Amino acid sequence: MSDTNTPYLRCEGLSRAFVKKLDLAGRIARSLGSKLREERVQAVDSVDLSIMPGEVLGLVGESGCGKSTLGRMLCGILPRSEGKIYYKGQDIDTLKGQDLKDYNVNVQMIFQDPFASLNPRKRVKNIIGEAPLFHKMTTASELDEYLAKVMTRCGLDPSYTHRYPHQFSGGQRQRIGIARAMAVQPECLVCDESVAALDVSIQAQILNLFMELRSELNLTCLFISHDLGVVEHISDRIAVMYLGRVVEVAPVEDIFNDPFHPYTKALLDEVPRLDKRGVDFTPLEGEIPSPLDPPSGCHFHPRCPHAMDICKKEAPVDTEIAPGRRTCCHLATMP
Amino acid sequence: MSTPLLEISNLKTHFFTRAGVAKAVNGISLTIEKGEVVGIVGESGSGKSVTGFSIMGLVDEPGRVVGGSIKFKGRELLTQSVEEWRNFRGNEVSMIFQDPMMTLNPVLRIDTQMIEAVRCHEKVSKAEARKRAIEALAMVGIPSPEERVKAYPHQFSGGMRQRVAIATGLLNRPDLIIADEPTTALDVTIQSQILSEMQKLCKKTGMSLMWVTHDLTVIAGLANRVAVMYAGKIIEEGAVETVLDKPLHPYTEGLVGSVPSRNHRGEPLYQIPGMTPSLINLPEGCSFRMRCPKASEKCHCEPPVTELENGRRVRCFHPNL
Repeated sequence: MSDTNTPYLRCEGLSRAFVKKLDLAGRIARSLGSKLREERVQAVDSVDLSIMPGEVLGLVGESGCGKSTLGRMLCGILPRSEGKIYYKGQDIDTLKGQDLKDYNVNVQMIFQDPFASLNPRKRVKNIIGEAPLFHKMTTASELDEYLAKVMTRCGLDPSYTHRYPHQFSGGQRQRIGIARAMAVQPECLVCDESVAALDVSIQAQILNLFMELRSELNLTCLFISHDLGVVEHISDRIAVMYLGRVVEVAPVEDIFNDPFHPYTKALLDEVPRLDKRGVDFTPLEGEIPSPLDPPSGCHFHPRCPHAMDICKKEAPVDTEIAPGRRTCCHLATMP
Repeated sequence: MSTPLLEISNLKTHFFTRAGVAKAVNGISLTIEKGEVVGIVGESGSGKSVTGFSIMGLVDEPGRVVGGSIKFKGRELLTQSVEEWRNFRGNEVSMIFQDPMMTLNPVLRIDTQMIEAVRCHEKVSKAEARKRAIEALAMVGIPSPEERVKAYPHQFSGGMRQRVAIATGLLNRPDLIIADEPTTALDVTIQSQILSEMQKLCKKTGMSLMWVTHDLTVIAGLANRVAVMYAGKIIEEGAVETVLDKPLHPYTEGLVGSVPSRNHRGEPLYQIPGMTPSLINLPEGCSFRMRCPKASEKCHCEPPVTELENGRRVRCFHPNL
């Protein structure tokens, strides 16, 4: 294990653009002088973020803000357009052999949809057991014992190993997804909306399981969710994303007690809570702009109550406003 | 006392499937007064949507309303003829569904769909109907409704589509709107916009709202009264403040405890053990007893409904009194 001052995972200028190539007709039209352009979505736009060992970083944002894309890139399952990812201080592009394997094994992902993320034609035994067998963490003869241990830890009955995914309920499938990730004894989990599809009572069970696993195994975790209540409950630090950019990063108490960025403020105001009764909802105006054609300057300016002239022209830079707190807003850099 | 707007008593809607009879709604009683916002909360499969469909007479095969009564302004709905149902639906009560893309016809323009909805119930000219459609769109906060009314559903974003669906529901000025998880698929900021529009509309027009959702936190902000459903029955009912602050039924207590909240960050959440039972073979007696920490011998019989002050009702042998 590396020392605790090196971030477990860190990304620098991480970007990802999805480009839809012009079709034949489009290319012909362009060669004839049309101003057709390729459609380009900047899903993640030069994001700097670090996760310390043993920390739970919550990543929140509305749909289409690029939070899943970011998570997938950090896991290494989606290629980057630009930027670097450092694993325990090492650039993952320079990792070779055992080190690269370590990264791939130690950073595991848990997906949102417990119905789509399990192969319906495989038995639970193969779903969970394939990876540890491949990585020689267990042998075929000891597999049953190994599986029993992993499954019990994730709250599954070990006698279910011969069942297929369709024989389980949503909550149990999510546990299978977690067990699959946990089977290779990872150090870091990337959870992409892992409780969004579940009922409240089941969601509580899964969140408790996460918190248990985390404290038992000292897991590092990137927890991606649109549900601020859930993120607040389990995270140490929170990063807020808006249209591909991280607009605010801060410890959880700070962000909920004293949000800085206007978008964070608006988000927090709008979260319905159990203790908010008979409120007058005062919504943020406007819609999330299309990522195909994001607003100039600060992406948030068309909806921002504090928008100034500079917000339309220049993108704000990442500023440290307090130790451990960063934000991207012109209000932070104003004299 | 005047007649309530909607009075459901002992309603039973069962689905006759090959695997057996699924008792989706199994004897619920509920009243909604004029101008009231009532929240129906429950997990998936608790019968909350089927309750809404039953009121609208939209229960599909193999489902059937097998018992009870639904009275709207004192008139029995379940004995209506097909013709009467058609006049009733969308005119006196309208329903908003979870997925706005399923509500709107993708190949017709918004104005075509909305004008049709008006002219179904009233003999008005097309121009008059279009005027009403534009008014309704403006009411739900769609910018430049004169232009937007000519658009197709795919030209709207998810939140805007839901607004169009709500506007269509408002066209004939119904007395009651049944909203079936209309904000579940939307983002927080858009959800908040829709909630705010609905709140304003209810205050302005005095219509009643039945808000069906699994999200207790939305209900906390929006509703006056809440009914908690479990396995086809209402297990607790009362004013929002009392039900959420002092839940009487162990299930409600569990639900409220399992919502992550600011007060106990990082602590384990309350966990309701087990899962929702299959509606096809519900256990005898109280259907929650398998998961209930307080279950006793008694719970093998059907628990009675205890009535308390202010319309507070609970269906349990061991309420937290």
